[in-house]
Amino acid sequence: MPSYAPSAPASLALPVRRSSYFPIVFSTLFLLTFAGSYKLAQVQPLLLFEAEGRRNIGKFVAGMFPPDLSWSFLSLLGRPILETIQISIMGTVMAVAIGFPLGLLATSSLTFKGILNEREMASSRPRALFHKASYLLARAALSLFRTIPEFVWAFMFVRAVGLGPFPGVLAIGIAYAGMLGKVYSEMLEHVNPGPLEALQATGASKLAIIVYGLMPQALPNVVSYTLYRWECAVRASAILGFVGAGGIGQQLEISMRMFDFSQVITLVAILFVMVAGVDALSARARRAILGRQRV
Amino acid sequence: MAKTTPQAAHIALPRRQDLLSISNLMILGGFFALMAWSYVGTEFSMRGLLGGESAAQIWTYIKRLYPPDLSQEFLLKTGYWTIETFAMSFLGTILAVVIALALVFLSSRNLMFTGLLFEMEGRRPWVRAFRTGLYLGAKSTLNLLRTVPHIVWALILVFAVGLGPFPGMLALGIHTGGVLGRLFGEVVENVETQPIEALQATGATRLQILFYGILPQVLPDFTSYTLYRWEVNIREAVILGYVGAGGLGQQIQIAISLFLEHRLLTLLLALYLIVTVVDYLSASLRNRLV
Repeated sequence: MPSYAPSAPASLALPVRRSSYFPIVFSTLFLLTFAGSYKLAQVQPLLLFEAEGRRNIGKFVAGMFPPDLSWSFLSLLGRPILETIQISIMGTVMAVAIGFPLGLLATSSLTFKGILNEREMASSRPRALFHKASYLLARAALSLFRTIPEFVWAFMFVRAVGLGPFPGVLAIGIAYAGMLGKVYSEMLEHVNPGPLEALQATGASKLAIIVYGLMPQALPNVVSYTLYRWECAVRASAILGFVGAGGIGQQLEISMRMFDFSQVITLVAILFVMVAGVDALSARARRAILGRQRV
Repeated sequence: MAKTTPQAAHIALPRRQDLLSISNLMILGGFFALMAWSYVGTEFSMRGLLGGESAAQIWTYIKRLYPPDLSQEFLLKTGYWTIETFAMSFLGTILAVVIALALVFLSSRNLMFTGLLFEMEGRRPWVRAFRTGLYLGAKSTLNLLRTVPHIVWALILVFAVGLGPFPGMLALGIHTGGVLGRLFGEVVENVETQPIEALQATGATRLQILFYGILPQVLPDFTSYTLYRWEVNIREAVILGYVGAGGLGQQIQIAISLFLEHRLLTLLLALYLIVTVVDYLSASLRNRLV
């Protein structure tokens, strides 16, 4: 901290360069981890250049051309493509429905910290404990939801409720609720506290503070991040079909298992166009929402 | 806009946006239509979920998971698989950085043919065409790596080099290399130009400008993006296990397919642990390094 008192010659001295063991410790650990991982992952770069590997890759590349553009194949794809989009939309809606309330609970400035809760926390101990417990529970739930990848969720939901797009929606809804909830809570914690305190001073209830003080500030970022997650959901729902959760992934898996690479390349191309289209759409929407801020 | 005198223009309050304007209502209506379409198309059933059949099925499944299989033998194996998954994500991320660094400078417009560095260049169309060609080549390679989903890469590589964590690590590295290459490229194309101008004024060569003007600016962002992708990769490594790329993912797939629910719970706990550890490591490294 600079001090402007005249009797502070110390601040004129150049900062002493602190010697630290961090670089040494870090590079040693890094090298050890690298060597250990290298051994454990059975890395054999030569395998890529062996005759058989080369032949297999050659077969693969040769099999991709020409891409399968026959009508009998393309006509199969209309429904799965739409289904992939539907899964992503419904999954994101469900993720918001679960993630937003949990995100509110997981916002420390709303549940127990800071000026908004000072009086309440001081007035009754059980109440304070309840608030803190709900905060911790919400955080734990969010972390559980997002730590298990959506792919594994989908696998389990397919086992529990059967094949089809429904388990795909549930998987995206749960996994993305965890990510959205965490990011929402971070955004809500970083809003300008001034308006919230002003509202509190007028005697507004907590709900009113959330609706009139918090949301107007956080909404652009919240919506923009949700749209970004929707993009990710499109990509994810295309993969979920591998475990039987509907969408284009199912077709991709069938073609791969049958080693029909001319169909695989068509599907990858379709996937590319779909993802690029959704990216462009969501980028436009985000620019409209955030105004001229950088998205 | 009402006519205002120039002095008053910047004091004028911003126009209040009408929340219920026609275009807003149309966006909202379109959004609800999309939602209804998806609701029907995905056979989503609210009733089934809230207290109906599906909820009961999910609940039965959860009950079957408990208790986890904690026999010593299985725990040891789970530990090994967990470390294998970690190794895959770690090496995959390193490979991705190598790929991205090899291509990123070639795929940055401001280093290849336009902008400050090339203002003074004479008109030599062939040189320029060659550089543009390099740029386009690098850019489209990155696009290709990124576009093909990692699970398809994994299937191709399993096909080429056989089962095991090695193809999984390669798949992670190749796909993530494309992603990092794009993210890094955006950082390089948005560097501050002043240090570059200053270096140029001293007569530095382009290579010197790269090392002293550009790299110091972009390294913190590069590190932070790499750590972020590592967090993603540990999750992706689990998915790749599904196509035979080893580690926890493969075991989770086996456990689900063979209805070994107690083992599944142990594996899920291990997965939770390793993902949390990697998130923590990545966050603390980011604080230290960036």
